[in-house]
Amino acid sequence: MVSAAFEYLRVFSLNEAVQALTGHDEDAKLLAGGQSLVPMLNLRLAMPSVLIDINDADSREPFLDAGTLVLPALTRHAQLIASPLIRGSAPMLSAAVGHVGNVRVRNRGTIGGSLAHADPTAEISCTALALDASVVVLGPDGERTIPVDDFFAGYLSTRLEPDEVITEVRVPAHRPRRGWSFIEVARRAADFAVVAVAASVEVDRAGIVQHARVGLACVADRVVLADPEAIGSLIGTVPTSAQLADVARAAAQATSPESDVHASGAYRKRLAAVLTRRALAEAIGRARDLGVPAAGPPAAGSPAAGPPAAGSPAAGSPAAGSPAAGSPAAGPPAAGSPAAGPPASGAPAPGGPA
Amino acid sequence: MTKAQVTLKVNGVLRDVWVSPSDLLLDVLHDGLGLGEVRYGCGEGVCGTCTILLDGEPVSACLTLAVQAEGHDVTTLSALLGEDDSLHPLQQAFLRLGGSQCGFCTPGVILTAHSLIRRERAPSREQIRYELVGNLCRCTGYTKILDSIEAYIAGLGAEHADPAGTAGPGTGDHRLGEPGTDGPGTDGPGTDGPGTDGPGTDGPGTDGPGTDAAGPGADADGEAP
Repeated sequence: MVSAAFEYLRVFSLNEAVQALTGHDEDAKLLAGGQSLVPMLNLRLAMPSVLIDINDADSREPFLDAGTLVLPALTRHAQLIASPLIRGSAPMLSAAVGHVGNVRVRNRGTIGGSLAHADPTAEISCTALALDASVVVLGPDGERTIPVDDFFAGYLSTRLEPDEVITEVRVPAHRPRRGWSFIEVARRAADFAVVAVAASVEVDRAGIVQHARVGLACVADRVVLADPEAIGSLIGTVPTSAQLADVARAAAQATSPESDVHASGAYRKRLAAVLTRRALAEAIGRARDLGVPAAGPPAAGSPAAGPPAAGSPAAGSPAAGSPAAGSPAAGPPAAGSPAAGPPASGAPAPGGPA
Repeated sequence: MTKAQVTLKVNGVLRDVWVSPSDLLLDVLHDGLGLGEVRYGCGEGVCGTCTILLDGEPVSACLTLAVQAEGHDVTTLSALLGEDDSLHPLQQAFLRLGGSQCGFCTPGVILTAHSLIRRERAPSREQIRYELVGNLCRCTGYTKILDSIEAYIAGLGAEHADPAGTAGPGTGDHRLGEPGTDGPGTDGPGTDGPGTDGPGTDGPGTDGPGTDAAGPGADADGEAP
C-alpha cells in the first residue's frame, strides 16, 4: 500500500495552519497524530494534494480555567490517560481513551484529530458529548466555539469549515457527586466498538438526580446524545432500577443503528439499551460514592459486557481518586436507596426489547 | 513530488536520506536503511510488526511519514543489542522460552514490552496483555510471548533495581538501557536459527535452543561442541 503523492507542509503555529488551509484547495488535510488519516492515505481512501503537519503548531499543555478543563487540540491520547490533571478533572475521558486503539495509536493520536475525524465509533467523541464539551476552532475570521452537540454533521464529517482548525477542547471539570460510566462492547480488545456508551450523572445529597447526559457511539452515522427527553426524565428523581431500564430502553428506541458486518442494527439497539442502563446505574453509583468497583462491575455473569473495562488500567483509578470520595455525606442516604441495586440486580440479562 | 533530503536520527546515528513527502518511515527504515527488523505487516497501524520507538514511545512506522521523523529519536530493535551485537536479556528470554516462534512479530513485541517495562517496572500479566493488544502474532502463540516477558521481568527483580529509565533512547550512544546483565556468555545464539528473522527455518517447535541460550557459559565460541 502506497499513498498517492502529496505535498507536505510543516507549520509552527495554528495561525499558520489556517493560512495554509486558506491558501490551498479544499482537499488540503491537516495532519496531527495521523492514526486515522495515514491509514486512509495508505489505502487511498483519502488523496489530499497537501498535508499540513500541525504537530509543531501548539506546544500548550492542558490546564484548568475556572472549572473548565482546557485540552489543546494536540493533547495526545496517552496524555489523556496519564495526566493527573486530566484524570482528576475528566476521569471518564481518561477511562474512555483506554479503549482507543492500541498503545501506538494512543501515543500519536490527538483529541482534536479524533473529533475532527468524526468517526461514529469514536470513544472520545462519545465521551465529549456526555461531558457537554465544546470545541474551539480558529479560522480566517478568528475563533469560534462550537458545542460538541452541534459539532458532528454526519459520517466522518463535522461543522468545521475547510479553512478552520480545532485549537482546543473545553470540558466542564469533574465535580463532587457527579458520577460517570463508560462502557463499550467490542468484538476484540482494541477493536472498534460495536456500541459504546458514556454517561454522566449528578445527584444531590439526597440522591436526587440533578443532571444526566448520555453519549452513544455506533448507533448512527455520527456519535449522538441519547434522547434528552428520556434521559432528562431522570432529573428530580431517585431512580429505581426499573426506571433506569425504562429510560435506557426509551433512549435506545430513539436510535436507528445500521447493520454492518460487525453487528445487526437490532443487536446494536438492544446493546444500546443494556449498556445505557448499566452505565446510568454505574454513574449514579459513583455519584453517590457507593464504591462501585471501577473495573466493570456488571461484567460478572453478563455475556455482553465482555472484556472491555477489565484490562484497562485507566478504568481503575479515576473512581478511587474522584473528588466524590471526600464527601462522607454521600454514604447515609444511600443505604436504603434503590439506586444501589441496579449494578448487582442486573443479572438476568437485560429486560430488553424482547 | 520532489524528493528532499532529511536527516534522521536512527538508533543514535544521524542518517541522511532522500525522501518524498509520502514516503513512510517504515519504508525508509526497512528499504532505505536496511533495518530488517522494521516490518511491513498491515500498513494500517493495526498489527504492530513495524513498531519503532519515536522519542522513546512505541509508534507504527507505517503511519509515520519519514519527513515527520526529522528532529526526533527513532529507535529500532537493533538498539537493544549489546556491544558485540549480543542479545538483550529480553531477547534471550524469548529464545529460552520459545517466545519468538516464527519471529515475524517479535521485534514489535519486544520493543513494546521493553517500553512498558521501562515505564511500569514490574507490570502484571494483565498489564502486559493490555499493552500488547496491538501486536498481532499469527502463530497465535501469545502464551509463550507473555511467559518470556514475565521471565525477563522476574530476572530483573532478581538482579537489581532497574536503571533503564536513566538510559533512555538517544542518550549518548545508541544502545538502549539494558536493565539486567546482558548474559555475557550467551551471544552465540545469534548465529543459529531462532534468533534470526528467517521465517520458516525456526518454526514454533524448534525452541530447543533453550538449551544453549541458557547454556552454561558457552561463551566466545558460540558453537557448542
